[in-house]
Amino acid sequence: MESVIFDLEKATVREVNQFLHGAPETLEGRQVTVVSPNGAHNLAVGVDAPVQVLIDGHAGYYAGGMNKHATIIVEGSAGTGVAENMMSGKVHVKGFASNGAGASAHGGLLVIDGDAGLRCGISLKGGDIVVGGSVGSFSAFMAQAGRMVICGDAGDALGDSLYEAVLYVRGSVKSLGADARYEEMTDADVSTVRDLLKAAGLNHDPMSFRRIASARTLYHWNADANQEY
Amino acid sequence: MCGIVGLLVKTPALREQLGALMVPMLIGMTERGPDSAGLAVFSQPLDAAKRKLSLYSGFTPEGDRFDWNGMTAALNGAMNAHAQVDAQGNHAILTLKGDPETVKTWLRAAYPKVSLLSTGRSIDLYKDIGTPAQVAARYDFANLKGSHLVGHTRMATESAVTPDRAHPFTAGEDFCLVHNGSLSNPYGVRRMLEPQGIHFDTDNDTEAACRFLEWRLREGDELPVALQKGFEELDGFYTFLMGTSTELALIRDPFACKPAVVAETDDYVAIASEFRSLAHLPDIKHAKVFEPAPEEMYVWKA
Repeated sequence: MESVIFDLEKATVREVNQFLHGAPETLEGRQVTVVSPNGAHNLAVGVDAPVQVLIDGHAGYYAGGMNKHATIIVEGSAGTGVAENMMSGKVHVKGFASNGAGASAHGGLLVIDGDAGLRCGISLKGGDIVVGGSVGSFSAFMAQAGRMVICGDAGDALGDSLYEAVLYVRGSVKSLGADARYEEMTDADVSTVRDLLKAAGLNHDPMSFRRIASARTLYHWNADANQEY
Repeated sequence: MCGIVGLLVKTPALREQLGALMVPMLIGMTERGPDSAGLAVFSQPLDAAKRKLSLYSGFTPEGDRFDWNGMTAALNGAMNAHAQVDAQGNHAILTLKGDPETVKTWLRAAYPKVSLLSTGRSIDLYKDIGTPAQVAARYDFANLKGSHLVGHTRMATESAVTPDRAHPFTAGEDFCLVHNGSLSNPYGVRRMLEPQGIHFDTDNDTEAACRFLEWRLREGDELPVALQKGFEELDGFYTFLMGTSTELALIRDPFACKPAVVAETDDYVAIASEFRSLAHLPDIKHAKVFEPAPEEMYVWKA
């Protein structure tokens, strides 16, 4: 089926999104290309169809937010909140991503080839995130479910108040957040990292990653902790 | 919310186009800051004995019909200032010889409602209320020339929407600062500075940051040292972009709550709150685009 092209020098973001919100059966398998995105906000937000979207440049805030089923590729960088609250499908940022990438994603796969800003994967709820570069401070804060693979380094307070999401880091970690701890890599972890790297198209030795998960000491109120965590 | 833009041209030929390149950047930040806009432009410095003052007459009863020539004649009659004026509506650039402090004291007494926007050998400053497009047209920003500039579009949160609370703020000579964010301790900073004889013009939180950093520079700190003290003393959310006669400097608070994007080519360094203000710069497709890290200092030399 032929590709549909929207040029944002002429078309509006609303026109793009209204097209992408069409009946899923008419969108299935189609390729939609957005040229000259020029950092516009809310590109390909709320898509609910197995459609391929190529954003041929830099995206603004919330690109691919709430995505369900679609494969969305950002050729350049993405602003704040890329793929936030994604439900399924895939969002692939080829450049860097700003703050809050993949925030509260319930499902799907977010791949960032470059670095991610602060609070990447905050409140993750079941999605998977693979970052080719490094992540900023407070990443995976209160992440509840899902997996995060960080090929570079992590900033301060990684995995603070982590629930059941699991993080894998290859580089250095400036500091772990409260209740996050390093754990042994099991065979299952190695195979998880291998699969996620493969899905992201990245080539690293899965054995070179460390596993970070919750120590679960914050799950229950501890009156003796004296507010020191 | 507010919008920040900055542009520094490396290729001397582009100095002629500085304003034309910047206007779409400023207008691109309208959604982030629709209530006021402002700009500081730095160009070839005047001789060491000369100074220029950017002045604003919007608070005088005459407004944009203010008699700038009359004011300049009165000034030259009162002292040997060799003052010349280049006026545009409610804005004028007054060039003079000798001690600018004497002139400023005279202006405050003779024309108390004329506001001083900036002092220096290199800086010209414009700011007013209105949309970025209106302010840019009011002062013909598209024809500005120079080596680097600092611009701002304001959506006020911490103080009223008035011309004097628009950004950039200045202190001392050839120094300006714009701010996206909000400080939580501006009054603490102010209480620290006022006993040193530092006077504040407004109740705006950004003015505290501007006067703090200029005070450190004036006390002899190099820019990176002053910025490090800024990290220690200024609490709150901020992306600050600063201009001096020879450089642009950018810092973001440790939580990076307020955005910034930089695009660099062989010809220019451009800074904006969001990429959409950089999208139309020449050869942007081949620019190195990056997000400045929190609590890092970025300084670009003109």
